[in-house]
Amino acid sequence: MDQIVLQILNGLDKGSAYALIALGLTLIFGTLGVVNFAHGALFMLGAFCTVTVNRILNLGFVPEGATTQSVGGFNFGSPKETPYLEHWFGEAAGQAIVDWSVPLSILFAIPVMLLIGVIMERGLIKHFYKRPHADQILVTFGLAIVLQEIIKYYYGANQIPAPAPEAFVGSFDFGAMIGMDAGAIIYPYWRIVYFVFALIVISAMFAFLRYTTFGMVVRAGMADRETVTILGINVDRRFTIMFGIAAAVAGLAGVMYTPINSPNYHMGMDFLVISFVVVVVGGMGSLPGAVLAGFLLGILESFASMREVIEFLPGVNQVVIYLAAIVILLTRPRGLMGRAGVMED
Amino acid sequence: MLGLNKKDAGLLFFVAILLVFAPFLLNPFPESSSLAQFNAGYPDLMQRFAIFGIFAIGFNILFGLTGYLSFGHAAFLGAGSYASVWMLKLLTINVIPAIIISTLVAGVFALLIGIVSLRRSGIYFSILTLAFAQMAFALAASVLTPITGGETGLQTALNDPRILDGANETGNIPSPSLFGLETGATWQMPVGDWLFTFNAGYYMCAVMMLIAFYVSLRIFSSPFGLLLKAIKTNQNRLNYTGVSTRPYMLACFVISGMYAGLAGGLMVSMDPLAGAERMQWTASGEVVLMVILGGAGTLIGPVLGAGFIKYFENIFSKINKSVLEGWFSFMPEGLQDIFVTILYPFVGKGWHLTLGVLFMLVVIFLPGGLVEGGKRIGKLFGRRKSKDTETGETNPAPAE
Repeated sequence: MDQIVLQILNGLDKGSAYALIALGLTLIFGTLGVVNFAHGALFMLGAFCTVTVNRILNLGFVPEGATTQSVGGFNFGSPKETPYLEHWFGEAAGQAIVDWSVPLSILFAIPVMLLIGVIMERGLIKHFYKRPHADQILVTFGLAIVLQEIIKYYYGANQIPAPAPEAFVGSFDFGAMIGMDAGAIIYPYWRIVYFVFALIVISAMFAFLRYTTFGMVVRAGMADRETVTILGINVDRRFTIMFGIAAAVAGLAGVMYTPINSPNYHMGMDFLVISFVVVVVGGMGSLPGAVLAGFLLGILESFASMREVIEFLPGVNQVVIYLAAIVILLTRPRGLMGRAGVMED
Repeated sequence: MLGLNKKDAGLLFFVAILLVFAPFLLNPFPESSSLAQFNAGYPDLMQRFAIFGIFAIGFNILFGLTGYLSFGHAAFLGAGSYASVWMLKLLTINVIPAIIISTLVAGVFALLIGIVSLRRSGIYFSILTLAFAQMAFALAASVLTPITGGETGLQTALNDPRILDGANETGNIPSPSLFGLETGATWQMPVGDWLFTFNAGYYMCAVMMLIAFYVSLRIFSSPFGLLLKAIKTNQNRLNYTGVSTRPYMLACFVISGMYAGLAGGLMVSMDPLAGAERMQWTASGEVVLMVILGGAGTLIGPVLGAGFIKYFENIFSKINKSVLEGWFSFMPEGLQDIFVTILYPFVGKGWHLTLGVLFMLVVIFLPGGLVEGGKRIGKLFGRRKSKDTETGETNPAPAE
């Protein structure tokens, strides 16, 4: 029993990332009809927003009159830098801000990712609506390579750690909380934070689409673009904004993922392949399907990584997602919750 | 000639000339000149031109003719590589059985994957092939280690059985050979300041590629090829006329997979080593890039694309900051710095950035690839070709 709960919990954080990326992919596909292979790169850009914020917050200057540091006779050359933040807000507040740099990056990432998304749509994707899906895949694939290489050029090829705030470092005993044996289920705090964060973002997205006029127009546009256009509504502009929002969702997923997995330039590609599988399993163009499939596949993956399962079927943890995708595509051609008429053959 | 029309025969002749004289053509700069680093006439690179040429020709038979975009083609290359290393280990160090087996194994592999993947089309087909390739990659890197050598890769060893050759316990690990002629054997011909290198392995690959190219010419002009083009144009209409497209698609997919297997086998024949990363989806992406860059659906495009990418991959990676500074040294200092700063991210380790940008530009502005670019330039200079020369090409725009 505790094993099952543990594996479900383990699956949730990866599943959250899959669900968030797949949600954005589906939004873009549902609104614009574009298959976006650069979506993983957007996830990666989000993660690097955190790295950037972290670096900015740690910018410092050398106080006047500071002497060179020397420890045990060794001279380290340059004097110790004092971060501006500590200088401005005092030592405690400054360090607290740096400590909370990952959540703070959200504030930075939202406008940046919105902007990147809108530029991407206006500058590139717009010209590909009328082209075949193969062309869209190819051009966004090229864009993903470019974005990835730019990041690699500026940030290097190594992983860059971005720690979670002090308060969330470490684990807690989840088993004891739900009345099981103490020590049975130890779970890191940040993963719960990530899961809750993903739930908030996803519910916010759904609420936005469901209860705002803007969302209503977008949904109408997804269902029948032509009619909405005839009614005198500028669907294109709304879809552009939706592209920005989808980019921001992917970016936020990346921002919050940094403490779980230190970002490097090719993390996006790693997630992208699986996210596509998630979208297809959930059903092309179905938002609830994407979220559901994201969590399901995340949990499935973590169950397949259990030692008992691996002993029984070696290597299954590596391939279970793809296997699931193949089985579902062959038995339910539209995916779990796919609508008729979307990307039908 | 050989059952080809005049234009195709000309094309075949052109490729043959290119392949035979590649050691000269790729070495245009004298050794002592500063441009010598742009020479590509060394065996390793020439072999790769031919091998990736075969890979790209095979991919083009699938994507160019039918419009089915497979994102998992590297799996066949990897399967072929493993099969041929095992042949070298178990049977004989002669490469002929290795190449034959690699092609067959890749064909069987493609048949199995094709049966499942071809039930769907469009993006679903891409995802399915991608899923299969990623599965093959993950398994090869982990569980199948006894067969594939896992992360370190599979290679020949001194104490392999080699049934036909008889095991040798002493001496060096034998290198792959063609009836005793080692594929690594080279012969150098200095002419003045030039040094031309002829390599046995390269010429073997070149012959294979010529055969592969010939087969692809025949497929393109055959009724089978015509049917594949019809699938690309409108599969529904074909179904309504009572043609079952599934067997044709499957045959096409298997042929394409066998090409990839052949490429894998040749790769191993040049260097008896196979690693799991050969199956990764980035490798599949690379062949897609080659074909699109060269011109999907054209005959010569994939060959050009493969050569182009492999050449610039090598050359661009060699350029470093001091080379760039050398180039722009004629400029005033400030201007030189600006140019070097702008160009630096694109060379050396940044080759992939150049590739990505180039690829995007091609997809956006030149969907027909280099071949279409060449045609447009040809038109620009007023050399209007007569209509009938263009009918041999398929429409470069892929169907949905």
